[in-house]
Amino acid sequence: MSPVPSPVRCHVVTGKGGTGKTTVAAALALALAADGGQVLLVETEGRQGIAQLLDTPPLPYEERRVAVARGGGVVKALAIDVEEALLEYLEMFYNLKRAGRALRRVGAVDFATTIAPGLRDVLLTGKVKEAVTRRHDGRPVYDAVVVDAPPTGRITRFLNVTGEMAGLTRSGPIKTQSDGVMAVLKSPQTAVHLVTLLEDMPVQETADAIAELQGVGLPVGSVVVNMAAEPALPEPALVRAAEGGLTGADLAPALAAAGLQDVPGLADALAAEASEHARRWAAQDELRDEVEALGRPTVELPLLPGPIDLGALFELAGRLEQHLRTEVAA
Amino acid sequence: MSQAADATTTERARRHPRPAGPPAPEALPLELAELVTDPDTRIVVCCGAGGVGKTTTSAALAMAAAEAGRTVVVLTIDPARRLAQSLGLVELDNEPRRVDLPDSTGARGELHAMMLDMKRTFDDIVVAHSTPERAEQIFENPFYQTLSSSFAGTQEYMAMEKLGQLRAGDRWDLIVVDTPPSRSALDFLDAPNRMSRFLDGTMIRLLTAPSRTGFRIASAGFVFFSRIISKILGGQLLRDISAFVAALDTMFGGFRERATATYELLRRPGTWFVVVATPEPDALREASYFVDRLSTEQMPLAGLVLNRTHPPTTTALSATRADGAAEEVLEAGGEGAELAAGALRVHAERMALATREQHLADRFTSAHPEVAVRTVPAAAGDVHDLDGLRGMADALTGPDGDTPTGVPRRRILPARRR
Repeated sequence: MSPVPSPVRCHVVTGKGGTGKTTVAAALALALAADGGQVLLVETEGRQGIAQLLDTPPLPYEERRVAVARGGGVVKALAIDVEEALLEYLEMFYNLKRAGRALRRVGAVDFATTIAPGLRDVLLTGKVKEAVTRRHDGRPVYDAVVVDAPPTGRITRFLNVTGEMAGLTRSGPIKTQSDGVMAVLKSPQTAVHLVTLLEDMPVQETADAIAELQGVGLPVGSVVVNMAAEPALPEPALVRAAEGGLTGADLAPALAAAGLQDVPGLADALAAEASEHARRWAAQDELRDEVEALGRPTVELPLLPGPIDLGALFELAGRLEQHLRTEVAA
Repeated sequence: MSQAADATTTERARRHPRPAGPPAPEALPLELAELVTDPDTRIVVCCGAGGVGKTTTSAALAMAAAEAGRTVVVLTIDPARRLAQSLGLVELDNEPRRVDLPDSTGARGELHAMMLDMKRTFDDIVVAHSTPERAEQIFENPFYQTLSSSFAGTQEYMAMEKLGQLRAGDRWDLIVVDTPPSRSALDFLDAPNRMSRFLDGTMIRLLTAPSRTGFRIASAGFVFFSRIISKILGGQLLRDISAFVAALDTMFGGFRERATATYELLRRPGTWFVVVATPEPDALREASYFVDRLSTEQMPLAGLVLNRTHPPTTTALSATRADGAAEEVLEAGGEGAELAAGALRVHAERMALATREQHLADRFTSAHPEVAVRTVPAAAGDVHDLDGLRGMADALTGPDGDTPTGVPRRRILPARRR
């Protein structure tokens, strides 16, 4: 671990749908586990995205080892099941395990979590808080907990449990519980990271989410720019192509030198594709300014050519590790 | 390996020749122009996972139908700001507003757009089903306020409700519905029933029975349950629910009937579902679930819109050959070599991406050969204004075979010759 460990131990990863937040959460967990870290990766939406990503069987409601990093680092994963979490909660606070199972049979648990979506969130975040604060022999069990959280549109409501529950309960154990969760989530131990693409809507939603999170006092961490394309053309040509100044005639002589002069229409088609590539790159590059204007530490992850597998995750983790180090140093 | 074993293997191969691989699955073409202009088509519902472009697809289909002369309304749930602005939807007012289509589009019909305001829609139902005093009581109830603004499934239920209202008015030739950005596309179908079951359910009746009938002998199990609920959620919530239920009382039957009626509407002739996905495993998996579900429910599926594909401009050069050529060009050197090599590499990446996308599309078609497919290139799907929407509409409704490269619009790459 780095000599000055970051105070952040609870990393919440959110992002607009389709930005790859599960991938980023998994890669971040690997990055935090490098050099011997004990990390828990938590899934909150019950869709088994982590299992699919790591190509493992569906995760049970149980902390299970899913990856090993260098230096003895371990990533465990947990898919929180809301019903199980409620039963666990009933058992912990009211010693009601058997009764809880009976309640489930009559559909009461489902009823209680449907009646108050806020209750669902309290149970999920409550489990996260428990993992963050869990200690064994006077030491925290996990060096870090990474949460694959709901998308940006719902993240503030999800994390701001006290606010959400306030309308429903003004006192009682749930209130106490959500206050405890809030204390951890608003502390410097927590950082909410936002995953975005270099596209209009995700960047806009990221800006909205940052404002919302800050509005309720939740700590915002880094912005992770995912799937950033690298320019494939030399710089001056890139600009020209983006402005529509590239034609097949520019490419034809060099193509002929490689014996490709006989493919009909090739030079024009390549010029068209190169121009589209350049325009997309220019549009992305323009958004870099907007991302910078968000005023958060930013890390960029490349668009990988192949499908995302464990190897690809380690590659992304390497970039995140570097970012985490510069963050701590800063 | 002995020679004898080899001979046996050869012999076996001769007697049981390996069957040629199954033919590559060929998707059916999805002709959306026919669908949205057919006078018998009255409702088109666009479904799919979050972030695949459902709203844009809905708006573009509505635009195409309006241009063909129909009076169309598109019900959007949560449009991106710029798309909403381009449609003239500056505020959420829960009523259809006419969109000014530029003359250049040759519009003969009318395009109207609206954004769902779920709280207002819920309030309207309450008003319609109770006396003014009762409605006032209900609006002030904290439980109702939570229920109407953040209950899981309210948005879906209200989208259905609004669809039912729009359809009942008979003002529209065609209603295009964008579905809420739920985690799962199935939520749109499940939520309304779940909600009406909930409001009409035994549990809520049991839970609130004492307040309605005064003292009443309830089962021991119920007393126990209600004790736990008050313990966890606090007594105040239970009292709010009781008051809410008491105020609603006669409305419960109404809730269920409405939800059932709208659900049935989705099964009536004239309603079509369009499933939207991007060429990514998650989105296609979600689309797959949805297709299965529609078939179980006997709801009509028009087909799959595969949005944001990356078809190459030419398929004359494979990815491998393009990469090889890039090296050759660099070796030959000379003016423009780097640029040409760069362009070849762009093409190689594009071919690799398109190949992956086609592979995913083929896998979907293998599992669902009956589902017609229309691909929409990413360049057409990046919509910020009416012109962009026009481009998207063209990509959605153009004839299947009419493309510059000759690759039919149901595919990303040409079918491999066998």
